[in-house]
Amino acid sequence: MRVLCIVVSTLLIVMPSSGVSQVAGLDPAALVLPLEESWPTYSGDYTGRRYSRLNRVTTENVHQLSLGWTRSFDTGMPLLVGPNAPDFVGGEGTGEFTIGSQRIKGSILQVGDLLYVTAPDHVWAIDVRDGWTRWHYFWKTRGGPHIGNRGVAMWRESIIFETVDNYLVSLDSHTGEERWHTEIASFEEQYFSTMAPIVVGDHLLVGTGNDLDAPGFLQSFDPETGELQWRFYTVPMSEGDVGIDTWPNLDAARHGGGQVWVPGSYDPETNYYIFGTGNPTPGYTGVARRGDNLFTCTLIAVDVDTGEMAWYFQTSPHDTHDWDSAQTPILIDGIIDGVPRKLVSTAARNGYFFTIDRVTGQHVVTTRYGATSNWASHIRENGSPNPHPAKEAIIPGTLVSPVEGGVANWQPPAFNPGTGLFYTQENNGFNLLYLTDPDPRGSMGLGGKDRVTVGTGGNAFTAIDYRTGEPRWRHAWPVGGGGGAGVLTTAGGLVFTGDGSGNFVAFDAGDGALLWHTGIGNISNAPQTYLIDGQQHVLVAVGQQLFAFVMN
Amino acid sequence: MLKRFGSSLMVSASWLLAVGLGCQILVAAGQQQQPDRAQSQRLYPALQRPSGDVELIARGRALYGISCRACHGIDLRGGDLGGPNLLRSQLVLRDQAGELMGPVIRGGQVGSGGSAMPAQPLSDEDILAVTAYIHDVLGTASRQGGPPLGEAFELDILVGDPAVGRDYFIENCSSCHSPSGDLQGLAARISRPQELQNTWVRGGARTSERPPVTARVTMPSGETVEGVVERLSDFLLVLTDPAGRHRSFSRQGENPVIELDDPMAGHRQMLPRYTDTDIHNVTAYLATLK
Repeated sequence: MRVLCIVVSTLLIVMPSSGVSQVAGLDPAALVLPLEESWPTYSGDYTGRRYSRLNRVTTENVHQLSLGWTRSFDTGMPLLVGPNAPDFVGGEGTGEFTIGSQRIKGSILQVGDLLYVTAPDHVWAIDVRDGWTRWHYFWKTRGGPHIGNRGVAMWRESIIFETVDNYLVSLDSHTGEERWHTEIASFEEQYFSTMAPIVVGDHLLVGTGNDLDAPGFLQSFDPETGELQWRFYTVPMSEGDVGIDTWPNLDAARHGGGQVWVPGSYDPETNYYIFGTGNPTPGYTGVARRGDNLFTCTLIAVDVDTGEMAWYFQTSPHDTHDWDSAQTPILIDGIIDGVPRKLVSTAARNGYFFTIDRVTGQHVVTTRYGATSNWASHIRENGSPNPHPAKEAIIPGTLVSPVEGGVANWQPPAFNPGTGLFYTQENNGFNLLYLTDPDPRGSMGLGGKDRVTVGTGGNAFTAIDYRTGEPRWRHAWPVGGGGGAGVLTTAGGLVFTGDGSGNFVAFDAGDGALLWHTGIGNISNAPQTYLIDGQQHVLVAVGQQLFAFVMN
Repeated sequence: MLKRFGSSLMVSASWLLAVGLGCQILVAAGQQQQPDRAQSQRLYPALQRPSGDVELIARGRALYGISCRACHGIDLRGGDLGGPNLLRSQLVLRDQAGELMGPVIRGGQVGSGGSAMPAQPLSDEDILAVTAYIHDVLGTASRQGGPPLGEAFELDILVGDPAVGRDYFIENCSSCHSPSGDLQGLAARISRPQELQNTWVRGGARTSERPPVTARVTMPSGETVEGVVERLSDFLLVLTDPAGRHRSFSRQGENPVIELDDPMAGHRQMLPRYTDTDIHNVTAYLATLK
């Protein structure tokens, strides 16, 4: 573990300079408040719960939700001149690398009268009342895999996002004009960036991705200037670093992955940012990285001011299936055995659910929530599932569940304190996994294997009791349904998600009864909610299109 | 086209034989996989570089064989003497034209793991040639950080016991399938054992038509409709009835009553029950159905 450029700083609390909050921008102190009327950061608030205290849409009236507006966005390569050109064009690319049409997968920030929408290389500010574009910024990329962008961060009067080719770009939140951009990782080393940055105090937490055997890291930048404050590596980078004994040698560790590509959660009481790390690399050939491979596939708490690790819990030791544990963890103030506890829960891509003490890192619960997950031999004494060596890729093929996309993936889960339930999609596919590169040096990146999807054990939507890890209700989707939608839950007793069969749906959060649906297509992000003119809105993306529903 | 990765295959083959896995490697002659040069694959600088000078690269390749190969491997992925994999080296990836690799080649260095690389007595021109060759190999890397694909080859996956597989088949599969009926000549139709295994575990070829799911719908009035299921969600059932007409039914809980007949349900139910040994044995058995 190594931490660079430590800058200790204090949370600045700046009051808006005028009574109109959207003019003064976003006060970072507001992010500590529970989610209610607006949606100012990736998960709405810092807890990761995606639970809104808004209760104007309820189990009784959800069937009266109606469409307020819908807009579609051209998320491919825009014309850079002419009447439809973006208001501002930046970027270090030549414009020769053309990008295809992308789905909207990110969180859409709602602050004041604007929504901030992203697709890779694109940011739009649109009117919160009718979706019309106020400004559009486009970044000319140098390349990289344009697989998604998880959204922007707002810092006072600027909007900050990551580009695929590893720049952090700061825009004027009112006009979309670029303030600055700075490189956050090496494009030559094949890093690529999709994460929504997270503002905590005067820190901007930034993650990146990489498939080519490179070390993962979380960085903190000054959100005002873009200067690096610290960098936390998720794998040992020097002899003697903590965790080096879980790798065969330093070279393996330094190429060991553990990328940080999904936002985490923040606990103001401990000042810990808690996040999950990606899979170890090479992804499918563990032969040259025997050991648990810390701190890949691990839940980690770092002090936001120093970047020093406070505790860790590994959710998938020695992963060999590309199942990272990057999923956004959820902070829960709960009661275990009659004792109030400060907890964090996560439903990992590998099909296991965990509840951990978020102050100490002490393990509380491990259960299997992926009904057919078959790769672990047993749960270790410390609560980590133990990988069965027979389920690593082999030449004649091994039948593995889940498939490479996992039981869950980046799509955010949700937690409702009213029900005490953690809501997640549960995908139970099967792969035949073949080793195609039996070289004792291992392969590279995600190479060296052939994986063939052979069927499904049935997908579901699952409501898990955080105290026991057991589902209290579970809705099995009809064959072919389930999959790729995130989750929102509200004080109205509702859970919103997608059914994978072309519907946006609402469940009763308590018992899983399906209360409402509308056939707008397959949901591509997580639903969100906010209050405008006293009316609760529910916003969701389907591919390139946004739908804003309203309770009249 | 230079078959520059032919030798790496030999490395793998000799290792396999050495550890006695008994797997045969079948080189599929003439099926060399070409690196995909579509833009979608040229995501990174290493893959976006224009092709270098052919003669310079050939010279670099020869020099690499003399000075570098013993430590860094015939395929640049590391060798027996402890040289690291160059294809994932951050220094190599950042290098543009020898300005980073050159000083290391010329002066040597102590690696992060304590291994020492000795200085190589190469001229500036030779160093340029070696780095051009290394960049040329980097440009053939495959997707998602994978190594260059090299020549296509197939690993023998037939490791099961056909007699045990036959017993398993009789017990678990023969109520629907027969080696003298629907599966007659199966292994002749699907000659690659891996494809054969994928096909039977999946319950059909990836592209083949599945036997349709059918449904019988009983309306509250008692009227029934049967047909082939086109779509099914919690809210809607769409059928094509025997007359070829499109029929759709809103679903509200248990209304209307729907009875599904899904011929693939048996295959799905088996997935959590197979052991890998079952799968390998059945594949070995099915491979005898020529």
